[in-house]
Amino acid sequence: MSTLRTAGVVLWKDLRIEWRTRDALSASLVFGILTLVIFNFALDVNTPEMRRLAAGFFWVAFSFAGTLALNRSFALEKEAGAGRALALAPVDPAGVYLGKFFANWLFLLSTQLILLPIFMLFFDVPLAGERVLALLASFLLGSCAFAATGTLFSAVAVNTRMRDLLLPLLFLPTVVPALIAAVSTTAWALGGADSPSFWFKLLIVFDVVFVTTGILVFEYAIEE
Amino acid sequence: MTRDRIISRFIDVALLATLAIGMWMVFFYAPIESEMGIVQKIFYVHVPLAWNAFLGFGVVFVSSFRYLATRDPRWDARALAAAEVGVLFTTLVLITGPIWAKPVWGIWWTWDARLTLTLVLWLIYAGYLLLRRYVESPERRAVLAAVVGISGFVDVPLVYFAIRWWRTQHPQPVIGGGSDSGLDPRMAATLWVCAAAFLLLFVALFRRRVAIEQMRRDVDVLRDSAEGSAA
Repeated sequence: MSTLRTAGVVLWKDLRIEWRTRDALSASLVFGILTLVIFNFALDVNTPEMRRLAAGFFWVAFSFAGTLALNRSFALEKEAGAGRALALAPVDPAGVYLGKFFANWLFLLSTQLILLPIFMLFFDVPLAGERVLALLASFLLGSCAFAATGTLFSAVAVNTRMRDLLLPLLFLPTVVPALIAAVSTTAWALGGADSPSFWFKLLIVFDVVFVTTGILVFEYAIEE
Repeated sequence: MTRDRIISRFIDVALLATLAIGMWMVFFYAPIESEMGIVQKIFYVHVPLAWNAFLGFGVVFVSSFRYLATRDPRWDARALAAAEVGVLFTTLVLITGPIWAKPVWGIWWTWDARLTLTLVLWLIYAGYLLLRRYVESPERRAVLAAVVGISGFVDVPLVYFAIRWWRTQHPQPVIGGGSDSGLDPRMAATLWVCAAAFLLLFVALFRRRVAIEQMRRDVDVLRDSAEGSAA
């Protein structure tokens, strides 16, 4: 099986499982909403100064919600012993990585798109019409960075005694540059003043670097 | 004495000598900085620690890479030793930095580019060491750690550029205190001797840690074979 075909099969499998169980999306969505609500309790968010920080609140909520979704990524494989089957299958491990990565990317992007209207409602953030595309690009590239690193570290973490607890400890420090870039691009898309062009470039570089790293080292993360 | 022991002994003697000379230079040879005063002396410990910590993380990367290529457990021991010494040195950097910053900048901590970079590196490699604690099988642990050791290092330039740009977009909360604004030759000489001393300290700690890991593996093998013959 070619690498891309492998990726397609794995992606399709994950999408079908998610469609039937809705485990990853429902958990991460509720958690994301919860984080936004907690921000509302902890800080008085409906002031103009706080609204300038709205992009930051959104990405913090998404970072935690996304970690939850990424944790589910290899849990099923571990529980059902399917991870061993995946590692033993005579297919290119890079294809397995890509399939998992695309599935996670889609889940994360869906989480963001569903969180967005709730976020706008809670934080009273207007969406500037001409910058909607920039917002979408920010989400697309930002969640790609989360999915690329998260898929790799999730495969690592699931093989440890700590399982779910270890993923955020490995994944969040690594994703820091992408997080800074994502917050800055989102802030611009929501009406910020600082030019986002450097940050878009950095996001693209981060995505390329970590998808490549994932393709190259993923086989070691799943071998037994 | 084996060759290894002789080298270790030699490094220890060189380390003690350089450290003694370095400390003498710090307190008696290097002039007292005109604006910061005596507190500037911490610079001779702080900067060499930072340099050698970064060196350590580079060694983690190379050793992780070599481990995946060769599957030789000695490379895994080297990655572990370099990460531990690197995290130790980074911790000391993060402690000595604020001690200097409080009297000079007036604050313990600021989200300046270099401080933030050091902190993020500390977090990445603390995660690396945590990961190692939670995998039972030595082979699995070595492979998973190597994956994180490689992707962690790949991240370093990205973190660097992101944080630098992020900082330059904000007003700098503090002015001055940079070490790059021309160094007195006596200060520079002191810095270099101290850098050599801390490099030797790094090597001495690194070699001991690798040897301990080797011993632990030998004991494991012995215990396994003893249990095997008992059963």
